[in-house]
Amino acid sequence: MSDKKKDKGVLEEVTTGEYKYGFVMDIESDQAVRGLTEETVRFISKKKNEPEWLLEFRLKAFRHWLTLEEPDWALLHHPPINYQDIIYYSAPKPKKELESLDEVDPELLDTFNKLGISLEEQKRLSGVAVDAVIDSVSVKTTFQDTLAKHDIIFCSITDAVQNYPDLVKKYLGTVVPYTDNYFAALNSAVFSDGSFCYIPKGVRCPIELSTYFRINAANTGQFERTLLIADEGGYVSYLEGCTAPMRDENQLHAAIVEIVTHDDAEIKYSTVQNWYPGSKEGKGGIYNFVTKRGLCKGRNSKISWTQVETGSAITWKYPSCILMGDNSVGEFYSVAVTNNYQQADTGTKMIHIGKNTKSTIISKGISAGKSNNSYRGLVRVTQKADNARNYSQCDSLLLGDQCGAHTFPYIKTGNDTAIVEHEATTSKISDDQLFYCQQRGIDMEKAIGLIVNGYAKQVLNKLPMEFAVEAQKLLAITLEGSVG
Amino acid sequence: MEKVKKRYPLEEKFIRHFTGHSDEISRHDLPKVSRMRREAMKDFQRSGFPHNKMERWRNTDLEGIYETDLEIFDREIPYEKQLSEIFLCEVHGFETRVLSVLNGSFYSPETEKLTVDENGVIVGSLARAMQEYPEFIERHYGEIMEQRDGFKSLNMALATDGVFIYVPDNVVVDETFQIINILNKPSLVINVRNLVILGKNAKLRLLHCDDSVNHHAGFINKVNEVFLDENAELELYKLQNLNDETALLNQTSIHQSANSRLKIDAISLNGGMIRNEIFDLMNGSGAWSDIRGLYLMDQEQHVDNQVNIYHNVPHCDSNQLFKGILDNEATAVFNGYIYVKRDAQQTNAFQRNANILLAKTARVDTMPHLEIYADDVQCSHGASVGQLDNEALFYMMQRGIPFADARMLLMYAFADAVIDEISIESLRINIEDMVKRRLRGDLSICDRCVLHCSNPDQPVIFDIDMSKI
Repeated sequence: MSDKKKDKGVLEEVTTGEYKYGFVMDIESDQAVRGLTEETVRFISKKKNEPEWLLEFRLKAFRHWLTLEEPDWALLHHPPINYQDIIYYSAPKPKKELESLDEVDPELLDTFNKLGISLEEQKRLSGVAVDAVIDSVSVKTTFQDTLAKHDIIFCSITDAVQNYPDLVKKYLGTVVPYTDNYFAALNSAVFSDGSFCYIPKGVRCPIELSTYFRINAANTGQFERTLLIADEGGYVSYLEGCTAPMRDENQLHAAIVEIVTHDDAEIKYSTVQNWYPGSKEGKGGIYNFVTKRGLCKGRNSKISWTQVETGSAITWKYPSCILMGDNSVGEFYSVAVTNNYQQADTGTKMIHIGKNTKSTIISKGISAGKSNNSYRGLVRVTQKADNARNYSQCDSLLLGDQCGAHTFPYIKTGNDTAIVEHEATTSKISDDQLFYCQQRGIDMEKAIGLIVNGYAKQVLNKLPMEFAVEAQKLLAITLEGSVG
Repeated sequence: MEKVKKRYPLEEKFIRHFTGHSDEISRHDLPKVSRMRREAMKDFQRSGFPHNKMERWRNTDLEGIYETDLEIFDREIPYEKQLSEIFLCEVHGFETRVLSVLNGSFYSPETEKLTVDENGVIVGSLARAMQEYPEFIERHYGEIMEQRDGFKSLNMALATDGVFIYVPDNVVVDETFQIINILNKPSLVINVRNLVILGKNAKLRLLHCDDSVNHHAGFINKVNEVFLDENAELELYKLQNLNDETALLNQTSIHQSANSRLKIDAISLNGGMIRNEIFDLMNGSGAWSDIRGLYLMDQEQHVDNQVNIYHNVPHCDSNQLFKGILDNEATAVFNGYIYVKRDAQQTNAFQRNANILLAKTARVDTMPHLEIYADDVQCSHGASVGQLDNEALFYMMQRGIPFADARMLLMYAFADAVIDEISIESLRINIEDMVKRRLRGDLSICDRCVLHCSNPDQPVIFDIDMSKI
């Protein structure tokens, strides 16, 4: 009895609990004026002391953006976004260079602690280098020494522009050109900061690289730009995790992630996204429009995307792989959870161009409350992609009779040696499984948690250890309580 | 930014035709129908032809047809000679009641334009039914028009004739009805409409053939409306064997009442451009449908199957199976869509599309989509593109079956899942023959009815010496 009560208590807390990470930090911001004009673009570029070519790139992107219309093909409904009512740049006031954590603003450290990310702890225990991005500007980068030993470059993109302009110039916009889509053009024009990583030839990065993003100042859109390059034989596992403070007004996030792998190189990109999903009444929340794409440029190269999406009011995200090199491999593992009034339209694109290319898509959608969760994916086998192989599986789980689960795969095959398979199922948790668990003495709530975790296991297993733990917690928080 | 859409001369031609001939087009109309025509024309003037920027038309490019100079034909053809002189259709081993539509209008002697059988079944010309049985038109004509696009509007505005079938309550029709749709004049574009109504507990088998009798280009824009009342059962077999120059747009909308059963087998053997759109609206609890399709395409042919199932109420079952074999530069599109409305609980909906590519230049685009708003459902879809099983080939070859035969056998086995469902045995045998011939390349362009191609006295068999196995 008391157990049951306790469970109910947990349940109550979970369902009625407010967003755990909803708080606003009081860090002074240095903001660009509201609205987007050529002046804004020039302001950002000047603020960041950028070379002429980058300003040109931004301006070209901005001019192109003006000619575009916001896409409306996704199964998403939101009030129109007023792009002129957004502050496009906000950076904490520049402070003197810091040598150790002790010098970091205690308020900032406190924030990290609230987030459950203790930099010291992470440094000591997990060996993860954290490049923490607070409102667009990289504040503190750790583990630089270890990385320097292997000649690995891991810094903010702003620093990279200053210190490694040739590398940035060579790769920026090659995977996601500014003409790619509406949000890519917007990002290219106004991107504020993000991470840059370069793995030199033959280097296996000994630690997992990680960036924690946070959106802080009110009404500030975040326009991250991440660029990862693995040269011949390089390997890196990159982690990205996000939390955001509670806001009533919707915040726009339009990021770009570009990945390039050369011959025999491999990049593993893992994301846990837990931005503010809006209140239970569907008010507020982050609008997340992200363009993520990897280019397997070299032979035998590999790019693997793993994502756990639990946050954001709107998720519009299709991490993709262009399998250009022969024998290259693309993978996409995704768990997307929506609750209350969240909407997610997410999936992947696998473009087979090289010979003997392989791709795997495992997508698990879970919808609860009044949310809508869509998988949208493309598998394209071009005419020259002999022996291409794709396997896709996208399952949807419905918890509650007010939510929606949708699957929109597109399969385009233009080669007779290709083997493409797609499977999808949609159902609710089977009564048999629930009954079995319950007759063994596992209560309903726990049984559902168990089944959902088992359902998502295939994807969660792909996450690095630290993330897997966090992801399981997130799943539990987002779900256990939406059913009953 | 307002995008200016290009106007095709053919679009202009349709619009001019409508304004110039509106009296003639509307001569038999009920007020409801003429009102619908005017509205549809307005819609068409606004939308124009569908184009490949539209999601549903992305993979089917009709630009070539829009650019062709086609003649709009909507005249009634006087009955001068028997249909068999224009078009020969001998279906061996089974009798059908033939209803023919020649160049867009019902073709029969005057006395047989619209007949009422002893059991109350009304069959004949739609134009005639509009005058004699307005109550059916009032109730059903143009009532289910899901996903209206330019072609549907055009058809609504311009179609004047087609086949009308009414089966009253509790009548089980023994004979098989066969609609034969033919073009025999060069460069025609026709808008034709069929209306099929089945009363409570009624049962009908319908064979629906589209054939070419020559090698002229043509464009058929056809809309079929089917109403199944409670517990009604319809078996619909569509056979499409057209020349490579003809484009066929076949839109079938079905309204299913409670416990009604629908079975569709759509077999596309040949045709320059074939697009089958099926809209199955499950509006009554306990409705059931099984929709299958087979397409065998080669050269530069294009086939597009759009199957949309709307589960609007609880306790309905649907199943889709579409299979295709593509050779040369042929292209195929499959767009399966299952929609489960909120509270349509206890739905079972399955969908499967399998394709075999035989040439490097053949292409398949498959989009098996699900949109589900109810939780107590079981829905699944699967799609695959691949080749013949090499191990099976090897096994057969090591048993002494020549490569070509082994390959044929596998392809035939692949197609069989669709053909096997045909419940009229003689029809199944005929279609089996045709598929075999088609796969062997003996049936590339058939000048006559597809069913006529097969000769039951000389069944097509594989040259396999069974003793070797």
